[in-house]
Amino acid sequence: MCAWRRLHGSVQTLRGSVTRGSVASTSVTQRQPGWGGGLPSHQSLSTGGALRNDFFKDLEAQLAAMRQKAMDALPGSSWTPFEINPNLPPETADIVIVGGGVVGWSIAYWLKQKEKLSKGMRVLVVERDPTYSQASTVLSAGGIRQQFSLLENIHLSLASADFMRNINEHLSVVNEDPVDLQFNQSGYLFLASEEVAHIMEQNYNTQRMSGAKVSLLSQHQLKEKFPWINTEGVVLASYGLENEGWFDPWTLLNAFRRKAISLGVIQCFGEVTNFKYTTHVRMTADDEQMDVRRIKSVKVQMPNSMEYQPVECAIVVNAAGAFSGRLAETLGIGLGPKDSLAGIPVPVEPRKRYVYVVHCPDGPGLDTPFLIDYSGVYFRREGLGGNYICGISPEEAEEPDTSNLDVDHQFFEDKVWPKLANRVPAFEKLKVTSAWAGFYDYNTFDQNGIIGLHPLINNMYFATGFSGHGLQHSPAVGRAVAELILDGEFQTLDLKGFSFRRILAQEPMLERNIV
Amino acid sequence: MTNSSCIFSVIHSYYGYTRKFYGPEIASAYYILSLGGGFRFVGQSEWFRANSRGKFSWEFLNYKDSLVEEVDMSHTVINYTGLSNLERQQHLRTLKLQGCPEVDDWFLAGLHMFQDSLEELDISHCTQITAGGLAALRNLRGLKRLNVSYLPKISSPGLVIILLEEMLPHCQITAEGYDLSLRQAVEETS
Repeated sequence: MCAWRRLHGSVQTLRGSVTRGSVASTSVTQRQPGWGGGLPSHQSLSTGGALRNDFFKDLEAQLAAMRQKAMDALPGSSWTPFEINPNLPPETADIVIVGGGVVGWSIAYWLKQKEKLSKGMRVLVVERDPTYSQASTVLSAGGIRQQFSLLENIHLSLASADFMRNINEHLSVVNEDPVDLQFNQSGYLFLASEEVAHIMEQNYNTQRMSGAKVSLLSQHQLKEKFPWINTEGVVLASYGLENEGWFDPWTLLNAFRRKAISLGVIQCFGEVTNFKYTTHVRMTADDEQMDVRRIKSVKVQMPNSMEYQPVECAIVVNAAGAFSGRLAETLGIGLGPKDSLAGIPVPVEPRKRYVYVVHCPDGPGLDTPFLIDYSGVYFRREGLGGNYICGISPEEAEEPDTSNLDVDHQFFEDKVWPKLANRVPAFEKLKVTSAWAGFYDYNTFDQNGIIGLHPLINNMYFATGFSGHGLQHSPAVGRAVAELILDGEFQTLDLKGFSFRRILAQEPMLERNIV
Repeated sequence: MTNSSCIFSVIHSYYGYTRKFYGPEIASAYYILSLGGGFRFVGQSEWFRANSRGKFSWEFLNYKDSLVEEVDMSHTVINYTGLSNLERQQHLRTLKLQGCPEVDDWFLAGLHMFQDSLEELDISHCTQITAGGLAALRNLRGLKRLNVSYLPKISSPGLVIILLEEMLPHCQITAEGYDLSLRQAVEETS
């Protein structure tokens, strides 16, 4: 009813404006004299005549409105008498990915890329922070390197670099701009002291055999190539020639997101707070009782609201980054008796790391690599204007508080600057222009990723705990998890070494680093 | 994968068969000619090129042990994958890549394989190169002449050229086609 009145009202004002404005009226229908002329405010006091006139004049518009009302009343239309929050996720989904960071969106993209039937499955990505203000992905320094000691890590980096080289083949969307990662091909430079030089040599051999293009430099060669480094104490240096450097993480995240959404992935902003699961009791070989859970639905809580939506799903992927451990706890992992499987928690927790932006006009130039010293301090060039990004990993005993992302500026003065100025004398004169802090999804067990199913949960795949390497491995990890889910096993890269087995058997897979 | 990219990958595929029977130099030479480029052997002054129809003479097969000294792949579709076919040319001194649409930052990073021998590099008019890729030229320490003219994706060309000159002090850099005037800055401050 109100629609009719609104239509009538708009026609009134339209007529009023026409008679007011026109000098030579060229309207088709005849206007009765006295209409709009006798009354100063052009308001008609009689409704009957106006309605009849309007009915014939606006017949088509009113017929269209009637048609729309009829269609809404019939079943099949999306009209509801009460408003539904459009931000709620769908009631059912096949795969729910908890965490909308670069790993989560990479998995979503590869799942849709690999599905054999178009629109064959519904993938939902749930992210609790719409602004990504605290997400580890966007706060990262954005580097990628192949200089690891574990074969799996080297291959993950090589595969991810290959992906980024051909990123527009993978992630370009029709009618949209091509992806430009702003990749700086400057390489990583690791400096080793006398004690750790043999580790660096061994790692170099492993990297070379795997196909990474790395070169070793002696102290003399280092000084020749990079005269701005103080080479005192440096016995050996390892320098990446290709496929190493840094890029813009936000661009990569958005590229994955844009392509995944164009392939049909549904995005939802909300927090996964709870699960509904069924428990199946199994007896182990030692006659111990094991509670195996199967997730039936995921409860997604809307941001800043009491509203929630339970999403029934078949598979859940835990890509929640620094908060994956906490998510696993809601399923009871880690809360069982100490000597049972359920008592071993997922060893991923947030660790705060600071990044400082400094300006040094006399600093090293375009060829500055991502330098990592054996003392732990690192820095890289940012842009062309003499700005650099630097930081250091704190000691285990001095880990900062993770309840917020506040920056400790004294930390720079005490821990970062002395070591930085020692290694690069030009940095004795610099100015800190900005700083931020971000969380590592730190694997307290062995600082390497956890990929695969948990033995106590039938349908939750983990892809977390990368401890600072998540961004650079994200394309390859996404593909690996998609293969695990859709094909049942790894096809291109064998990442069985990253499964939960090593955590439950207490066999750490440590990187033999020089820092 | 579209049809054209299937053909594309075949063009740049690894010439393993040729390499096995004729050696790496002949394989590289064949690759260069089949893409429409040209090359010159060490000690000779004549260039081997394909004509406009793509046909070339097979005389280069006679020089099985000669080393390639200069390569001109200007205006060809050479890309990073194809670069692997030129891998063993340890005596390559000049590489001309003017106007190659597929030469991008990753390609420049791949040029480190010529770091000991390369003296002249021409990458003008290559539309995909940015400053991040020019940083990769740091490995070519023996470079004497570099041409980076008319690169549209360089955002602040004046600054980048200065940084390049600092990075490669023994190299003579040619950079035309950029508006390096200070007029803009003066207008902003006044």
